[in-house]
Amino acid sequence: MEEAQFASALLDPDLPAPAAISASYRSRFAIYRNNVVVSLIEALATRFPAVRRVVGDAFFTEAARLFVANRPPRSRMIAFYGDGFADFLEALPACAELPYLGDLARLEAARTQAYHAGDVTPLGPETLASLAPELLGDLRLTLHPAVTVIASAHPIVTIWAMNAGEQKLAEIDDWRGQAALISRPHFDVEVRALPPGGAAFLKALAQGATLAEAAADAQAAAPDFDLPVNLAALFSIGLVASTALEGETG
Amino acid sequence: MSFASLPAEIGLGFKPQHFSAIAAAPAAIGFFEVHAENYFGAGGVPHAQLTALRRDYALSLHGVGLSIGGEAPLDHSHLATLKALCARYQPESFSEHLAWASHNETYFNDLLPLPLNEATLARVATHVDQLQTTLGRRVLIENPASYLSFSDGTITEPQFLAELAARTGCGLLLDVNNVYVSAVNLGFDPKTYLDAFPLALVGEIHLAGHSDATDAEGRAMLIDTHGAPIADPVFALYEWVLTRAGPRPSLIERDNDVPDWLALASEAATAGKILDAARKPQSHHAA
Repeated sequence: MEEAQFASALLDPDLPAPAAISASYRSRFAIYRNNVVVSLIEALATRFPAVRRVVGDAFFTEAARLFVANRPPRSRMIAFYGDGFADFLEALPACAELPYLGDLARLEAARTQAYHAGDVTPLGPETLASLAPELLGDLRLTLHPAVTVIASAHPIVTIWAMNAGEQKLAEIDDWRGQAALISRPHFDVEVRALPPGGAAFLKALAQGATLAEAAADAQAAAPDFDLPVNLAALFSIGLVASTALEGETG
Repeated sequence: MSFASLPAEIGLGFKPQHFSAIAAAPAAIGFFEVHAENYFGAGGVPHAQLTALRRDYALSLHGVGLSIGGEAPLDHSHLATLKALCARYQPESFSEHLAWASHNETYFNDLLPLPLNEATLARVATHVDQLQTTLGRRVLIENPASYLSFSDGTITEPQFLAELAARTGCGLLLDVNNVYVSAVNLGFDPKTYLDAFPLALVGEIHLAGHSDATDAEGRAMLIDTHGAPIADPVFALYEWVLTRAGPRPSLIERDNDVPDWLALASEAATAGKILDAARKPQSHHAA
């Protein structure tokens, strides 16, 4: 039996069943083909329930089937299957009418990553209170490993909340971009919309900028960026793993 | 090599949705089993639950993705993660399957079949040696559910597993449902299979449900779904095995259409009666 032949035929229904299978049982190759494809479609349905709700079961299953055939998993942890699903959906011509679908999939993928991220107890508001105000500008933060920001041209947090049972389905009158913040300070994954400039602020901090540098980036992105509010939120929401001043190591 | 082992009691597959119900209504079971790959993440709820569970119960770590039956060498990072999990949780048992699950970079998330012959025996033995050396413990290897056979298969499955155990020192995980499913699908007598199976090396038994199907040629067959209660013929075979092997750690697997905790605990109690009967001294017929 050539494993390569068996493996190729599993994901390509146009290939014949491997010749090494005893002739009288060759038709049963279909059982393995079906088990593999169905289990991987189920894995995607588990990870992307809001995408599935938006496009409907039938469309989701067909899109997932295409994805499985073209981008089968590499990770042996099946909960992480579908990291490329957002890009794949965006490239599907049939999804052109739903321009927010890719970002919705990115948000759901980030929720799984956050759910399984490493355990770190975030620093609380008392940490911020204990820092000397004149040193704050030079402070660098290490963000909690679960923190992800998905900046979207669409109201992605509202769309997600409506399709995840967190909020009632309704027309979205004020269709404007939202940046989603995904975090998991303890065990529960949290999703919220960032205020103006919040995405640029967190992006700069994640890249190792000082608070002063990150605040400048945020103000450039949104002139009404409110530094005290955003700084307090970092600690009250539980986004900070550790702090370091120049010369210290985080 | 570590030779810690599971208690000869009923165990259940742990389902995260049962976590609070288990704490509220502990069942009289001896151990829990989890799929190792579900704990390949860094932290969060899965590890917190497993840590809590492990404090109160013996633990079986059951691998489903190492691809021991595959042509390629074992994946080093997969081995390293299994080693770290064993070090962290110190499970009483680690088991894997006589199957392959990946080819090149692709992981199929299924247990795929291999022909049983001298070449595959040598390959699987090398992989089991490597796994046992990496983990520093004896592992159990499980018989698969079969739907087909290969023209280049030359060794029967019980012989293959017996020889694998002889070469590597590994133990065996006897899945009684898989024996029954394979027997129906490939047309052999499950008791002939079990007569040839080295029961002394069985460190754990698996029990599960299956579903009925018909193949393209119209032949009745069974699919190993883990999605139904254990069928009566499987319970009968289980009893038959215990009569010969004595009580063994026995796990009920349920991965699909998972019922609530109390229903699973009740199935565990049913299996527990068969297991308890095997503990009693055998009565001998008077001449």
